[in-house]
Amino acid sequence: MTDKRNNQLIYAKQNMWTGILFGFGLIAFIDEVVFHQLLHWHHFYDKSTKDIGLVSDGLFHAFSFFATIGSSFLLADLHRRHAFWLKRWIGGILLGAGVFQLYDGIIQHKLMGLHQIRYNVNIVPYDLIWNISAVIMIVIGLVLLNRTRR
Amino acid sequence: MHTHNHSNEISDLVQILLVSPFVLGLIGYLLSVSISNRKKKQWPFYRVVLWIIGVVCASLSVIGPIADRSHEDFSAHMVGHLLLGMLAPLFMALGAPMTLLLRTLPVQSARRLSYILRSGPINILHNPIFTSIINVGALWLLYTTELFPMMHENVVLYAFIHIHIFLAGYLFTISIIYIDPTPQRKSFIYRSVVLLIALAAHSILSKYLYAHPPDGISSVQAELGGMIMYYGGDAIEVGLVCILCYQWYRSTRSKVKSANLQLQKN
Repeated sequence: MTDKRNNQLIYAKQNMWTGILFGFGLIAFIDEVVFHQLLHWHHFYDKSTKDIGLVSDGLFHAFSFFATIGSSFLLADLHRRHAFWLKRWIGGILLGAGVFQLYDGIIQHKLMGLHQIRYNVNIVPYDLIWNISAVIMIVIGLVLLNRTRR
Repeated sequence: MHTHNHSNEISDLVQILLVSPFVLGLIGYLLSVSISNRKKKQWPFYRVVLWIIGVVCASLSVIGPIADRSHEDFSAHMVGHLLLGMLAPLFMALGAPMTLLLRTLPVQSARRLSYILRSGPINILHNPIFTSIINVGALWLLYTTELFPMMHENVVLYAFIHIHIFLAGYLFTISIIYIDPTPQRKSFIYRSVVLLIALAAHSILSKYLYAHPPDGISSVQAELGGMIMYYGGDAIEVGLVCILCYQWYRSTRSKVKSANLQLQKN
């Protein structure tokens, strides 16, 4: 038991980053499946999209599925080293997911005009829920990461 | 799209010319397997299967219905592009042709070949940044300039571009995942970052095409083609990323063992 604790501390950073990357990929995956494919609220391309929005979208799109796969292998690696730390990993997930959601909600949706959360409705409540939930995830994630520092 | 003027005979000839290297590749591969199996241990059967799948993917894109339709239909063109530039190179790289060739050739020739493979110019062909530029960079050139309409007017250009798409895709694949012996290996981080940027450039181009159709393509066709490129590309890229990550996972195994031993000693 003390050995495992020791390993967890040695690999504290990897536990956090594995979570952050997974959270990043997870929230992007939910965004794609739920909002693009199932609800069809989000659009593949919005006429108002600026070029920088297209670049940002492409980078984050590639990064999100890269992060999902990469973090799964990092997770397997942690288990192999008997160093997996559930609480810290979850903290990382929430932080990663929250940061991505906030970036998506403020920078990509609003500043770059990539696409809106939903069309032909009053967008304010959607934006508020989107961004507030992002902040909540970030806060809980930071608290968990802070509690698992040692 | 415009009707193409060249006669069917010429286009049949081009199709046969384009498919012949792949047919030769298949025959050569199978011959090498049977020759080298006599002297060495059995060549893994799954590699033969992967090579065959790769050759079939490439052939489907240059000959037959997809190739025929790709002149008029942008989505067919895009499916062909995914097959020829991404899926076929991935499967064929997994067939480990260079390893097979090296073990089939007589020792002297094999040594000479591996000497050539380690020489300077070949190293550039293995550099992920170089291969990304000739791969995705060339796609940007093809779809955002006059090159695309010109390709359908000029048979030689058509053949050249298709050969380029395959070769660039193959070099890109083997510069990211190391199946065959590779001199001057790049670190996983280096390859991951380059792959990430190349994937992003591919996604950006597909959305750009969605909104800015190449000359002679209607917006409806461009939208469908762009989405095929985006999601189809994703599906194949997921495979590439999985293999890269798996290779990282395996390569760190030895370090884990020594670390665990260290812990036991303490």
